[in-house]
Amino acid sequence: MFDSLQDRLGSILNGLTGRGALSEKDVSAALREVRRALLEADVALEVVREFTERVRAKAVGAEVLKSIKPGQMVVKIVHDELIETLGSEGVSIDLNAPAPVTLMMVGLQGSGKTTTTGKIAKRLKDKQRKKVLMASLDTRRPAAQEQLKVLGEQTQVDTLPIIAGQGPVEIAVRAEQAARLGGYDVVILDTAGRTHIDEPLMVEMANIKVRTKPHEILLVADSLTGQDAVNLARSFDERVGVTGIVLTRVDGDGRGGAALSMRAVTGKPIKLIGVGEKMDALEDFHPSRIADRILGMGDIVSLVEKAAENIDAEKAAAMAKKMQAGKFDLNDLADQIRQMQTMGGMGGMMGLMPGMGKMKDQMASAGLDDKMLKRQLAIIGSMTPKERSQPDILKHSRKKRIAAGSGTNSAEINKLLKMHRQMADLMKTMGKKGKGGMMKQMMGGLAGKMGMGGLGGGMPGGMGGMPDLSKMDPKQIEAMAKAMQQGGGAPGMPNMPPGIGGPGGLPGLPGSGGGVPGLPGLPGKKK
Amino acid sequence: MTDAPEETPRAEETPPVSTDETGSPAPVKSAGHPTSVPEAGEHHPQPVESPDEPEFLRSDAVEDDQADDSDFSWLDSDLPPDEDEDAPRSSAVARDRPLPEVSDDAGFRLREEARREDQSVAAAPKLPWLQRLREALGRSSSNLTGSITSIFTKRRLDDDVLQDFEDVLIQADLGVETAMRITDRLSEGRYGKEISGSEVKRVLAEEIEKTLDPVAQPLELDLDKVPHVILVVGVNGTGKTTTIGKLAAKLTRAGISVTLAAGDTFRAAAVEQLKIWGERTNSEVVARQIGADAAGLAFDAYDVAVKNKSDVLIIDTAGRLQNKAELMAELEKIIRVLQKRDPDSPHTVLQTLDATTGQNAMNQVDIFRNVAGVNGLVMTKLDGTARGGILVAIGSKHKLPVYFVGVGEGIDDLEPFKAKDFANAIAGIEAERQGAAAS
Repeated sequence: MFDSLQDRLGSILNGLTGRGALSEKDVSAALREVRRALLEADVALEVVREFTERVRAKAVGAEVLKSIKPGQMVVKIVHDELIETLGSEGVSIDLNAPAPVTLMMVGLQGSGKTTTTGKIAKRLKDKQRKKVLMASLDTRRPAAQEQLKVLGEQTQVDTLPIIAGQGPVEIAVRAEQAARLGGYDVVILDTAGRTHIDEPLMVEMANIKVRTKPHEILLVADSLTGQDAVNLARSFDERVGVTGIVLTRVDGDGRGGAALSMRAVTGKPIKLIGVGEKMDALEDFHPSRIADRILGMGDIVSLVEKAAENIDAEKAAAMAKKMQAGKFDLNDLADQIRQMQTMGGMGGMMGLMPGMGKMKDQMASAGLDDKMLKRQLAIIGSMTPKERSQPDILKHSRKKRIAAGSGTNSAEINKLLKMHRQMADLMKTMGKKGKGGMMKQMMGGLAGKMGMGGLGGGMPGGMGGMPDLSKMDPKQIEAMAKAMQQGGGAPGMPNMPPGIGGPGGLPGLPGSGGGVPGLPGLPGKKK
Repeated sequence: MTDAPEETPRAEETPPVSTDETGSPAPVKSAGHPTSVPEAGEHHPQPVESPDEPEFLRSDAVEDDQADDSDFSWLDSDLPPDEDEDAPRSSAVARDRPLPEVSDDAGFRLREEARREDQSVAAAPKLPWLQRLREALGRSSSNLTGSITSIFTKRRLDDDVLQDFEDVLIQADLGVETAMRITDRLSEGRYGKEISGSEVKRVLAEEIEKTLDPVAQPLELDLDKVPHVILVVGVNGTGKTTTIGKLAAKLTRAGISVTLAAGDTFRAAAVEQLKIWGERTNSEVVARQIGADAAGLAFDAYDVAVKNKSDVLIIDTAGRLQNKAELMAELEKIIRVLQKRDPDSPHTVLQTLDATTGQNAMNQVDIFRNVAGVNGLVMTKLDGTARGGILVAIGSKHKLPVYFVGVGEGIDDLEPFKAKDFANAIAGIEAERQGAAAS
């Protein structure tokens, strides 16, 4: 649905020679697309206006490096500016106050306050060893207090006993007392959802604030929010003075422009993001990731993290060893296909990939979907163990048998084998290259979250995975530009493993070898 | 099928568009369900004809999408939404009681065959929905209107003005594409001419209404065979459970008996929440413990609904983001299982959309429609400042009927969706209309 900004800018600015500095005219043309990309990402219009003006000021006259397209230059400037606007990383919840520290959660209905309350409580309890008390002040929605109680049981965090008939302010005061008497470090007040124009409820919220003097007031907001994000952030901030923002549903496929809007109008840091339904799905905020997303560059880091979560660490380690030895048989391929399936299949992964919007459609129309993965597994499943470990012995009669067994034909089997061979070759070269640093990096990455570094697997010369544009030096950008011309692929994924067609494959998953398998026979992106 | 109080005096402000809001010809369900003879034996699972139903739907929808992406003829045409045509045998039972009467402004109606021709009861002209929605939208559109008026007090229509106009629409979450479309319409034949604020409002309302009118339909219940199964789906926090509560209240008040199924077996206390709504509406709630299989629950709930002789079974589901493949697969399973009981079910798949959601709402509908066969929408939380303009884009692309809008947390805050009111409210045509509506 959305093309990446880079693709779009490319088509506009390709005609330009791209030498020297960016002219006023180039920039204006580019900014029209930037504006549109931001609006499509749900960044509020007023924020877009200011933002594009700032970019204009920086971009006009900026030196364009040789062999970099002006479009890429603009993207870099936009990207940097986005990150700057989104704010620095690592602003965590401030507990630097006499205990019990009161946190108050506010937001619209259905933005995820109660779930977030549970997540924060669990995080404080597990990671910072705090004794936390949660209290629901939501007397309006049926069973809201019950919900928090259940979450408390799940996360083993205490909740304030429910007393029917009490009003929100009373409950808040009671929570304060209970926290003081019970020796709690933190008390989290989960307020009822309210629209910011509901005056009585806004007054109630202000009253709660006056009575409990919360140290932190966190605005919980849905990252899928549209243009209204500015209004709601501003209203809540004006009424109670929020100290930070928690973005929820960041694991959705929204572009997350609301983050920029809210940050820009309130100036308050985004402290945490909710990335799933489970109680531990709460993460620190990284501006660069949201920036990439807003620009439609996908979210490679999240993809990698998702991969890291889903890939069985032991299997991956075994795989890495095999790779080092240059061995990669069909069993391994089957493993990888299965891993892909657990990561949400092709669709899920493509959604996170930069520049894959178009491909997704192409693939769908070409009938390439998760069914193909299944078919490939069926093919491998129809082989004997010997055939799986030594694919070379597969000759015509064996293929015929396998085709019959898996309900496919020999052409499909050949495709699979070709893909396997190419991947195996790649593994070999990587195994050689990677003896030292890279392998270690990849292995290390498995233990914790993968950083950018581990991504380098499939890339020549150990260049970082998804290029973090802000940190790249001009030379790298230049290299990237060249690679893009060759491969016509997604930005930042030059020289992808073969067998994955033109558009650049998936980046090396941590420890599972270069290029994700299972994309055989993808039609090369027609240029 | 027209609303009595709606009819007359809007002529001065509005163009000669069809004034028929609620009663645009009902989507023709395949004539008369030839094979839907109710069976004597109540439940024995039928051999399901096409277990791949979702797949089939999917391929359908893909075609649809491609057609719609490039083509904008929707602005002029009003296609009826697709309806399924086969009517295989089902284990649904024949209704053995007289049908209740439903007033015209209820926002739902019984399917024609079952409906008694009794329209003499003029609906009491209570207008809370109009007022409330207009108030709500008015707050937001006062911004919008303000900006439009200021742009157009009397100016020549040039590119700058059009750009400003487009911006205004974008701020209502209409999306860049739709905003440009409407802006183009505006400039057609008017470019370079002087234009006044009120004319702009009129054109805007016209365009929005043109898109939304075909989708503003009442929810149709087929009570020839009961239970009529309504599956409610949507992203987390869009208001599924609350909508179900309100809908159950609406139905039970009209004398339609309802069974609720607490299919959100994931979120803490979702079951309790629905149970409270069940108490408020005197409806039985079928529930299991948290973590139970939602599909199994739906299957059982169907039996309970049959046993209770309920007219309608409303199934709640856990909220899910549309990009979570495994959760979407779970939804497919619920439908698959329901079809074992009655191949036609779920008769209605309602998706709730949060009015505050931006462009992602489009994706939500895309995917939920493909996976779960959504055939009706409810837009919730229209009581904030969010304008829900994305509905215009969704309406034009998917042509899915919009049955209701949620305008508050109270039990009565679920109102039928009316294209004209929505369009006028977004465009800021208020005062004139208010007078008209009140008379």
